[in-house]
Amino acid sequence: MTSQPITEQVVYQRPEALSDVNTHYCPGCTHGVAHRLVAEVIDEMNLRDKAIGVAPVGCSVFMYNYMDFDFVVAAHGRAPAMATGIKRCLPDRFVLTYQGDGDLASIGMAEIVHAATRGENISVIFINNSNYGMTGGQMAPTTLPGQKTTSSPLGRDVEQQGFPIRVSEMLAKLDGASYIVRRSLHDPKNIRQAKKAIRTAFETQVRGLGFSMVELLSICPTNWNLTPVDSMTWLEDHMIPYYPVGDYKVHPAVAEMKI
Amino acid sequence: MARQLMKGNEAVAEAAVRAGLHAYFGYPITPQTELLEYLSRRMPELGRAFVQAESEVAAINMVYGAACTGSRVMTSSSSPGFSLMMEGVSYMAATEIPVVMINVMRGGPGLGNISPSQADYNQSVHGGGHGDYRQIVLTPGSVQESVDLTVLAFDLAEKYRINTVILSDGSIGQMMEPCELPEMQPLRGVSTEPWAITATMGQREHRMLSSIYLKVSDEEKTNIRILNRWRQIEANEVRFKEYYLDDADFAIIGFGSAGRVALTAVRQARAEGIKVGLLRPITVAPFPVQQVAELSKRVQGILVTEMNGGQMLDDVLRIVKGNCPVEFFARLGGVVPFPDEILSEIHRIAKGPLSVDVDPRSAWLDRMAAIVN
Amino acid sequence: MQNEIIFSGFGGQGALFAGQLCSYAAMDNGLEVTWIPSYGPEMRGGTANCTVIISNEEIGSPLVRNPSAVVAMNLPSLDKYEPLVKPGGLLIVNSSMVNRAPTRTDIRVAMVPANELAEKIGDKRMTNMVLVGALLANLPILTQEMMEKALQEHLPARHHRFLPLNYQALREGAAYIAAPVA
Repeated sequence: MTSQPITEQVVYQRPEALSDVNTHYCPGCTHGVAHRLVAEVIDEMNLRDKAIGVAPVGCSVFMYNYMDFDFVVAAHGRAPAMATGIKRCLPDRFVLTYQGDGDLASIGMAEIVHAATRGENISVIFINNSNYGMTGGQMAPTTLPGQKTTSSPLGRDVEQQGFPIRVSEMLAKLDGASYIVRRSLHDPKNIRQAKKAIRTAFETQVRGLGFSMVELLSICPTNWNLTPVDSMTWLEDHMIPYYPVGDYKVHPAVAEMKI
Repeated sequence: MARQLMKGNEAVAEAAVRAGLHAYFGYPITPQTELLEYLSRRMPELGRAFVQAESEVAAINMVYGAACTGSRVMTSSSSPGFSLMMEGVSYMAATEIPVVMINVMRGGPGLGNISPSQADYNQSVHGGGHGDYRQIVLTPGSVQESVDLTVLAFDLAEKYRINTVILSDGSIGQMMEPCELPEMQPLRGVSTEPWAITATMGQREHRMLSSIYLKVSDEEKTNIRILNRWRQIEANEVRFKEYYLDDADFAIIGFGSAGRVALTAVRQARAEGIKVGLLRPITVAPFPVQQVAELSKRVQGILVTEMNGGQMLDDVLRIVKGNCPVEFFARLGGVVPFPDEILSEIHRIAKGPLSVDVDPRSAWLDRMAAIVN
Repeated sequence: MQNEIIFSGFGGQGALFAGQLCSYAAMDNGLEVTWIPSYGPEMRGGTANCTVIISNEEIGSPLVRNPSAVVAMNLPSLDKYEPLVKPGGLLIVNSSMVNRAPTRTDIRVAMVPANELAEKIGDKRMTNMVLVGALLANLPILTQEMMEKALQEHLPARHHRFLPLNYQALREGAAYIAAPVA
């Protein structure tokens, strides 16, 4: 018997843009997946040195702990305004906001709409998990009809509490927006598609083509009171029918990009 | 440089441009709108950033982001707009970044009117936003002072990494006066400040700026650091102007427009032989505590005059501590006093008798009954 | 020495510019000056007035209750400001636009048919300059030369073809000298 030389082949490692620390996110939470995708694309595009992130108020307020590039933390909902201020002063830097559904679609609705309509050259990662995670699972603007939350204990009653907002569809109507798509993080195929979309969004900014947003359907096992696996199933069965995955606005100049 | 006849609002805008303003974010509101309109032309012409935001809330958060990059940034608004900005004001104070804000005050509360007022004194000097913070508050009394204080505001904001407010009003904003503008300073490149968020560019460790300190001991340290810095500002940055105080029997204290109106009345009273002088605070935060305290020990009475319900009066009373009687006169809600009204007050005070036991606000309200009914 | 002048008229009559021109001339000649407007609620056609204070020292209040001079360009302005002129002060009235004479006897009054004079020299937009001419003839704090220089330096270049008309308007107005207070 002859001994074989040992060779090492790296098939998976921490992206450089991701700091080597433990996260505070709940087990199974897809923030970790979304963070990793953002970091991988930043690495692949070599953007880390010129990247400035804007963290929201919500579970991902501590995003700066996990990303190895400059960060600021916005007031609740104001990340697109803050990103506007940064980008207008430093137009050659890469500016990214990362926002949840309470942050972006409720308190920060004006800021996201106007950043999009100005065609602000920033990229937005929008996490839609159909509830307010950080404060303990209250009803969000994205909570589905009938969905029980801690502030809609009998299920969202559309007569009283109105209907969910489909943010991607709404922003896609704005002439100023260049790239608006929805993806999901519930299985590997969708995660790969999500990463592609993040790449396209970031390329949109780097090439000066204007406002880009990727909405990511995400799970919140803790507040949904489901296991991570059951949460994935719930997302697929309930969220995707209401929030179809798809491209809602792709400016011709974005469509022509060769990536 | 030759003097130019300029509107207060436009003079402030041009002064900011010349002080190296990199980016402006604002929202239209009377009586500050000329400032925004002026910069909407001037900033793009110089290749600098101008954004008309969707609201004052958005404007102040754009300023917040821009200030984090270490650039010279500014916003301007008027009273109701400033109420909307209070969220950002508190966050910026907590983040310890330099910001300049111009408040061209108007009559309030509520929607109020578009006439001059000084009723946002407490909002600027004693808070407005949540939490423990301080900010420098400068009160110009003329177009020239508006220009000079705008330039100073940027320097002070950066020296102390603190919010700096120019508390002006509709009359100074709308008035034209000759003024000398500063020389154009070149726009600085990307900030080299050790705290500025400029992206690492592969040259340094990554940075973070925020107003979040979840560990209460860290938050307490931050509060104490902010308060200690304020003590330094109190020691070094008090500014005021004195008129005819050397031999004065009576002193008037008034800032901004109210101080100007009082100056006319003081001159008329002097012409009649009444020995009255004027202290016009330029910084109301930090307040000229020392000057007021000394004054209270050598005059027979102090008249505080404002265009609000006695907001600075409370600060003066706290300093005077009963050393001399304090009287109060104000027009408010957008009404600007005429000099003869203050002259009548001088006559009343010079005639006496005065008492330290009278509540000046209450006594003023009693006298106002005859004026407003 | 301080003088307070209120210019008042309908929007479009040039009250605000008349005040500004005096302010420019004062500034260019080393004097202190304030110009403060007060508009009616309407953007066009409402009443417009401004207060100009000219002094040789730091000016206090930019507004006064009793000005030393008033230029009333229409009847509402006459009605509003006649009672407010300081005793011994000056009232210049655009007699083309009023249907009554002032009643006060403790002030100096000049009735100037400014519209007719402006039309006579060929441009009714010169009404305000005719009245400024009358004002300065009776309140000699700025000379014809100072005003002509101010016009040259501060009138936008596209209006410079009107300079001779403006000079003539100032001189026409200057012929109206108020009688001394009885």
